[in-house]
Amino acid sequence: MTWTINEPMVSIRDVYKSFGAFEVLKGISLDVMKGEVICIIGPSGSGKSTLIRCINALNDIQKGSILVEGQEVNDPKLDKLELRKKVGMVFQQYNLFPHKTALQNIMMAPVRVLKQDKAEVEKIARELIRKVRLEGKEDAYPGELSGGQQQRVAIARSLAMNPDVILFDEVTAALDPETVGEVLQTIKLLAEEGMTCILVTHEMAFAREVADHIYFTDRGVIVEHGPPETFFSEAKDPRTKEFLSQIL
Amino acid sequence: MQEYFEWFRILYEETGINLPFLYDSYDRNRMFQGFLMTIKLSVVCLFFSVIIGIIGAWLQGSSLKWTRRIVDAYIQLFRNTPPLVQLYFFYFAIGSLMPKVATEWGGEAPLLGNFAWAVISLSFFAGAFNVEIFRSGIEAVPNSTVEAAEALGFSKFQIYKDITLPLAFRVCLPSLNNNLVNLVKTTTLAYAIAVPEMLYEANQIWSDNVNVTEMMLFLLFAYFILVGALVWCTNRWERALRIPGYGS
Amino acid sequence: MRTTTLKSVLPVLLPAKAKSGSLFSFRLKLWHGIILLCICLLTSTAGFAQSDPIKASVFEILLRWMPLLLTAFIFNIAISMLAMGIGTAAGTVLGLGQISPNAGLRKFCWFITQFFRNSPWLVLLFFAMFLLPFEFSIGGIDIPLPDWLKATIGLSLPVMANMSEIVRGAVNSLPSGQWEAAESLAYSRRQTLWLVILPQCVKRMLPPWMNLYSILTMATVLASVVGVSEVMTTTGRALASEGGRPDLLAPFYSFVLLIFFIYCYPIARWTVYLEKKFAVKG
Repeated sequence: MTWTINEPMVSIRDVYKSFGAFEVLKGISLDVMKGEVICIIGPSGSGKSTLIRCINALNDIQKGSILVEGQEVNDPKLDKLELRKKVGMVFQQYNLFPHKTALQNIMMAPVRVLKQDKAEVEKIARELIRKVRLEGKEDAYPGELSGGQQQRVAIARSLAMNPDVILFDEVTAALDPETVGEVLQTIKLLAEEGMTCILVTHEMAFAREVADHIYFTDRGVIVEHGPPETFFSEAKDPRTKEFLSQIL
Repeated sequence: MQEYFEWFRILYEETGINLPFLYDSYDRNRMFQGFLMTIKLSVVCLFFSVIIGIIGAWLQGSSLKWTRRIVDAYIQLFRNTPPLVQLYFFYFAIGSLMPKVATEWGGEAPLLGNFAWAVISLSFFAGAFNVEIFRSGIEAVPNSTVEAAEALGFSKFQIYKDITLPLAFRVCLPSLNNNLVNLVKTTTLAYAIAVPEMLYEANQIWSDNVNVTEMMLFLLFAYFILVGALVWCTNRWERALRIPGYGS
Repeated sequence: MRTTTLKSVLPVLLPAKAKSGSLFSFRLKLWHGIILLCICLLTSTAGFAQSDPIKASVFEILLRWMPLLLTAFIFNIAISMLAMGIGTAAGTVLGLGQISPNAGLRKFCWFITQFFRNSPWLVLLFFAMFLLPFEFSIGGIDIPLPDWLKATIGLSLPVMANMSEIVRGAVNSLPSGQWEAAESLAYSRRQTLWLVILPQCVKRMLPPWMNLYSILTMATVLASVVGVSEVMTTTGRALASEGGRPDLLAPFYSFVLLIFFIYCYPIARWTVYLEKKFAVKG
């Protein structure tokens, strides 16, 4: 609408969210500029995943505002299709469609949702498969791929929608240690290309390497945030310190 | 062809093995009509039982407690009572309460004939099993897969059509085929209300020709071939639809 | 503050709630049977309202025939138990034949199983009724084979075939490690089967076996088609001796449905319970 490139691409203001009586998010605010890579870290159950699921309206919020390129997400009249064209998402459990091949998984949304030309989409899909380095796996079903390979197909699948921002929800948490690297490398490649990324992750070394800004959340609030250079070395809050000492 | 049939007449004269449904054109026609009736009954009942199954599974997902209870009561009632008594109940008890219509010869005929009642009774019987089969199939589709489609911008209808149904169908198929095989076997019950299917026609032939042994063996053989062919086809079908690495 | 958030949250939770309710929705109580009873009573009273006041009320007639019908039903139960016994014994042998190391025996048992599994119960019943002799002699003693016994044998044929599949399925479902472990302990094949494999299979076989019994019980009414005087035949006779009044049909048939439901439903519930219990324990 009236969004310009100088304003935050994603702007979260004072968001509250609860499941029943349990409050998961208690007033979260953060901004993401175009091309930025944001990492959200924190102990399990601190509301990190819920937060990014709210950004593309998989969960709704009770209070506050989430603007994606100027479009309000917390709005009952929200055009979800319009939002999801802009916001891609990659899940912890990959969630590929098990009855479709890798190529079909990537092609399905552009063809069915965006009604793009099939031949054109296939060309793009094959390029994406090359990009995530899965040449030769085009016709493999998800069940025939390793976790890391499936996750790379999932990344390609969300890239095929040509989103402006991609949400990564603990994408390496379910992977075998030896396949974590290949997925992180793919994400790093995207970050270097200037894709706006919001990651929830437990990979601290990776966060330090690629993130422009790190947010630490605990019990539904943002405790501390800052650029990686200072965040890891100069943490002030005792909760952040404790968390970092456990994990590093 | 006729010579071939004649050979069985000679077989009868020489050995006493009486197979009139092969050499006698009248009996041959009767037997063939009976076979067609069995097929027709199976196909029509299959159609209606699937419809009942879909509607029932849909009603079972209703948020109204009593809707669900009525569907459950229907399932339990039809699964835990003898199908033959159900058939009698429909044909005799409900049939006797139905209004009669005038025939063109001035007499009165029941509104629904024995074929119609057999279809109603057997469809409700098989449908009770289908409701549970369909429901378990839809429940087997992981919520996260549906969510992934949602995040890619699929509409509710598209998710149902492209993701939920194809996956649920594969889960259902073995039980559905099993139920189909049972249905074909259960069509013999229609004999009890004089629907001229295979068993009934065979009975007519052995009453006329006093060749129970031959007819009985032929009938067993015929059902073995019919059901065996059906099982073979459904197994092939299941194998063709199997997704590599998905399910067992 | 808290209450307001709670209120606004409720719509989010609603679908999830509805789903959890329908998940195990065949958790149904007595009222299933009560509904049947209601249909039975309603149709009786409806019939009563229609019928001539001089004639006895439908309910009275049903009450008068009830002892006879119940006795006949006990006969059904007896047939079902005997057929289950024969079928289970023969089916176990056949099932073990299906997993025999001897390829010829395996194929033969497989064929017999498939043959009787693919045949409709009613056809097998006819088969037994017409092709079994009415008496046979062993060592000069003539043993009569009454109709009901023939029907029992006829019903035990499909039970045998299904039992055979249950046994085969249960043995095959055990991890192969069990066989290997027993083999490495120098058990013979027979010892492995009887001491290691089958005891573990009993638990897995119990739910499908009970399900099979329930199906068999409901199939005993088929014997009425071939003239054995069980509950359905008795019902037909009762209806005929009351002069074939159409208003009696619904209550009598509902009554037969009801007694089968009362007998079979607890078995079905118990089967589901055992399935769940064994599924958790593995």
